[in-house]
Amino acid sequence: MAAEFLVAQDVGYRYAARRGVDSAPVLANFTVSLTEGEFFCLLGPSGCGKTTVLNLMAGFLEPTAGALTLAGRPIMGPGIDRTVVFQGDDALFTWLRTIDNVAFGLRMRGMPQERRHAIAREYLHLVHLDGQENKYPSELSGGMKQRVQIARVLATDPKILLMDEPFGALDAQTRARLQDELVEIWRKTSKTIVFITHDIAEAVLLADRIGVMTKGPGSTLAAIIPVELPRPRRRSSPGFGEAWEHINALIDNEEAGKQ
Amino acid sequence: MTEPNLAPPALAPDAAPAVHRLRPADLIGKLKTDHLIYAASIIGMIVLWQVVAATFFKPPFFPTPPQVLAAAQEMVASGELFEHIGISMQRILMGFLIGSAIAAPMGLLMGSVPFVRAIFDPYAQFFRFVPSLAWLTPVVLWFGIGEISKVLIIVYTTVFIVLINTMVGVSHIAPNKLRAAACLGATPLKAFLHVTLPATLPFILTGMRLAMGNSFATVVAAEMIAADSGLGYLIFNSRLWMATDKIFVGIVCLGALGLVTDRFFRYLVVRFAHQYGPIE
Repeated sequence: MAAEFLVAQDVGYRYAARRGVDSAPVLANFTVSLTEGEFFCLLGPSGCGKTTVLNLMAGFLEPTAGALTLAGRPIMGPGIDRTVVFQGDDALFTWLRTIDNVAFGLRMRGMPQERRHAIAREYLHLVHLDGQENKYPSELSGGMKQRVQIARVLATDPKILLMDEPFGALDAQTRARLQDELVEIWRKTSKTIVFITHDIAEAVLLADRIGVMTKGPGSTLAAIIPVELPRPRRRSSPGFGEAWEHINALIDNEEAGKQ
Repeated sequence: MTEPNLAPPALAPDAAPAVHRLRPADLIGKLKTDHLIYAASIIGMIVLWQVVAATFFKPPFFPTPPQVLAAAQEMVASGELFEHIGISMQRILMGFLIGSAIAAPMGLLMGSVPFVRAIFDPYAQFFRFVPSLAWLTPVVLWFGIGEISKVLIIVYTTVFIVLINTMVGVSHIAPNKLRAAACLGATPLKAFLHVTLPATLPFILTGMRLAMGNSFATVVAAEMIAADSGLGYLIFNSRLWMATDKIFVGIVCLGALGLVTDRFFRYLVVRFAHQYGPIE
């Protein structure tokens, strides 16, 4: 058993009380322990608090109960060891060229331009965006923008990539290609990845383990399911359909149990 | 005549959706058509002016275009016109630039730091409804009838427009941009300089463009204070002599200068800040 890396222990989150009335908690008793280098998918229906979990891990929010730790140290505020790939394209800096978007984190460290551009070019190559360095985000397609986001977080060499439905807004073909490329990047860089999705097939395709979340309010993990299919995986791989059915049944039971 | 495009599609992994950019040839064609319509519209208006003024009014009440042109020629010959234009433009630009230089940083601060906003917002919200004209008398009493008063009036006009626009700009920054910057290692100060400032720039420039327009309107008021020069003075002083032709020279000059300045400003914006966001 590998050492614990990113740990959420009995984490709860609720918005501040309004006019003295406590709001229902978004999250309750959320517990998970990730190992280093793991590809973990957080699967759940829209509005179940997946993004809240990610915001807590990123340090954008503070838990109202429980604690989050990374390698034993409590997570306090955003840090360059945990970088986020956001769902939409509004996280890119529209006034910067692709290469300067990717080099942004390095610039924040005070790295001189020549060096940070050289590094940014390597990561643009990794995400297959060679030759796009001088374009502005408005000149890129949706898939290319998400590639820029991935290159941008990798360039700062974080320990963990937090990905919030990064391919949710893409067409099916682009999405499938980026899923394959992400697995390839993960294999090459051996980063720990937390990947949020509401698509069972996407989770089965990508994850080492899938955390299935219950519906809110007060959502939590219903189950953690290891996916032991060999890689590279295809939707047509033997066992893929069974894994999909298994998780789908679990979600159905979960919902039936609530009613 | 267009040829069908037989070239194979580009081999980019997922090429950007075809952005409909005007090719240079199309652009020139479009500009030509637009300019023809502009020219026709302007000539039509001058003809209409001539007909209405000559048919329905006695000369001093509504001068015809030739009369206004004659008055303008006289004023150009005596050097009077350019003196008025020069001094008005100087006041407008000084007031506009000083006002923008105060308002943009202030708006950025007020937009970004709740504490600063809480201190100054009541005043911004209050005084933006008080037109500069209302301040004429107090300003003259406090600062005399010199240049300072006139420039101050224009500064006042500029400040609130640029300030409010800048604050709106800060509030329009996508939260994900600031979050992205934070997890990429930007300190709050660096996030302000590298994200808030550039993301707000289009709003600041839009505010400046609006303020520029208001500065032209306000210069007439400002030049009521110490009326010995400027287009506002020209317009108001001519009233005493019933010199309507000179009033029209002043009116046409204000409009034309405003238009030219605005076009120039827009050119600068498009030239240097196009990637910051859509600016019209």
